[in-house]
Amino acid sequence: MDVFLQTLVAGVLKGGLYALIGLGMTLIMGVMGIINLAHGQFMMVAMYITYVLFHFFGLDPYTTLIISMPSLFLLGVLIQKYLLNPLMKVESILPENQVLMTVGIAMVLTEIARFIFSSNYLSVRTSYSSSAFYLGGISFSVALTVAFGFACFLTLSLFWFLIKTDLGRSIRAVSQDAEAAELMGIDSGRIKVVTMGIGAGLVAAAGTLLLPIYYLFPDIGGPFTRKAFIITILGGLGSTVGAIFGGLTLGLAESFGATYIGMDFEDLVGLVIFLLVLLFVPGGFKRFTKV
Amino acid sequence: MKRPSGPFLLLVLLLILPLILRDAYYQHLMILVLMWVAIGSGWNLISGYTGQVLFGAAAFFGFGAYTAALLSSKLGISAWWGLPLGGILSVAIAFPFGWICFRLRGPYFALATLALNEIFRHIATIWESLTDGMIGILVMQTFISKLPYYYVALAIAIFSIVTVDLVMRSRWGYYFVSIREDQDAAESMGIDTLHYKMLSLCISAFLIGIAGALYTNYMGFIDPKVVFSLHEISIMAILVGIVGGVGTIYGPLVGAFIMVAVQEIFRTGGFGILHFIGQSTGWPFMSGIIKYVSEAHVLSFGILVIVVILFLPNGIVGDWSLIRKSLVNSKKPAV
Repeated sequence: MDVFLQTLVAGVLKGGLYALIGLGMTLIMGVMGIINLAHGQFMMVAMYITYVLFHFFGLDPYTTLIISMPSLFLLGVLIQKYLLNPLMKVESILPENQVLMTVGIAMVLTEIARFIFSSNYLSVRTSYSSSAFYLGGISFSVALTVAFGFACFLTLSLFWFLIKTDLGRSIRAVSQDAEAAELMGIDSGRIKVVTMGIGAGLVAAAGTLLLPIYYLFPDIGGPFTRKAFIITILGGLGSTVGAIFGGLTLGLAESFGATYIGMDFEDLVGLVIFLLVLLFVPGGFKRFTKV
Repeated sequence: MKRPSGPFLLLVLLLILPLILRDAYYQHLMILVLMWVAIGSGWNLISGYTGQVLFGAAAFFGFGAYTAALLSSKLGISAWWGLPLGGILSVAIAFPFGWICFRLRGPYFALATLALNEIFRHIATIWESLTDGMIGILVMQTFISKLPYYYVALAIAIFSIVTVDLVMRSRWGYYFVSIREDQDAAESMGIDTLHYKMLSLCISAFLIGIAGALYTNYMGFIDPKVVFSLHEISIMAILVGIVGGVGTIYGPLVGAFIMVAVQEIFRTGGFGILHFIGQSTGWPFMSGIIKYVSEAHVLSFGILVIVVILFLPNGIVGDWSLIRKSLVNSKKPAV
């Protein structure tokens, strides 16, 4: 029973971070109608920013959120403005041009990181990285719990932003019907730029929060991009509530897969769930939430 | 008689090329180009003509490669049987996959193929009793000379191009293009879109699977990281397709040539030119540059994707008239 509860706790904590990754992706998906295959690479960039700030300036990883999130916001804005928005006007045979473009961006980001930091594994070791506290015989990793707390806070702020502010309303309007939103006087190009920035900023937060308990190398983006799109599809494309469920599901599936099937199968479990959801619950968990 | 002369001349050139270029290194590059022509043609049929973007060409490529390797390592049959069998078994994978996943459209289908690719890579890594996992499988090469491999690769490349050409000239070809242009309209015109998308995917998988088996025979060694690689195979297949020209018969040929050349230029530091400069001038920072450049081929791929999509969305063959126009215009600017 203890093993079961322990696995459950680990899964939920990890799921909170995954939800943060998925939220950015699903926002981009909803507004742009594309899957951003550079999402994990944005996270990788944020992790390197945190690493540099921690290593050379001695900042605590959590305080670097103040720097990593705005920098990634800026990166997302620039990419959307100068690389993705111009594609709207380009005539081409394949409609998936923008997705291919994000693949190109992902490759460039990974390789630039490799140039600067080489392929070595890096890590940020803090006093709380490996410490844990116990609640009723179940151990909670301190870093993971703090990360989970931050993730919840950011998620709530995002919902407040989307529901209460004008900009948030515009984003939701574009995601529901871009043409109608334009007729209402919303500059959908600008909204896309802002959304990409927010998406990148959210995944940057996830990267920074994950770094104290994880390791870092240039190719780390790929696996997280895959996780992000699994989460997004699990949750239903474009659904923010769905992304939270998707993140929790993936976190739980991975940790139960690792405990009860074997460590090797951790990644495979996610992919199999992904295909099963595609087949049996097309539209993802969005179906059950009605949001 | 003027029309078929171009392809015919090209064929003659390709037939005698290895007899002129006797250097094994260039023959090796030519074999790679021809292999990529086959993969690119396969990719182009399902993605360029039928409009269902295949992000996981490595799934079929790796499957073909592992078929050939396992025939030789587990059953003791010559790996050359992998050529037909690899193609057929790739179709056997493509069939249920397409049956299930063609209900997805556009980017979702692309992502499902990406997932298929990843799943196969994980299986090939984990199932060690069959595939030896990360250690990979070693297959004895049949020939020492590169020539026989060259002609086999040429035959496969020609087979792929001719297959795609024949298919696209037939009734099926028009169905494929109509599905790409507007699937709902095609459906309402009475075209069984699922059926024809399946057909297109199966032909593609067959061509890509054969290329995978050729890779095993030629390289003599495979492991999951290489043959199921997302960057080296799946993305490269997309690049070959879009650089050459999406939805053109000869696009994959041009694309394969350019992509293999780009890969090699970076891998070898401009075919050794940088190395030569470094040695003759004795600049100390040259070795650092060489090291960076040799690692930069993936970066160059990424930049190439961005540039091609932005400026030549239909590839070199597809936008040829545009390129020619701008070249002519730049020669005599003020009219």
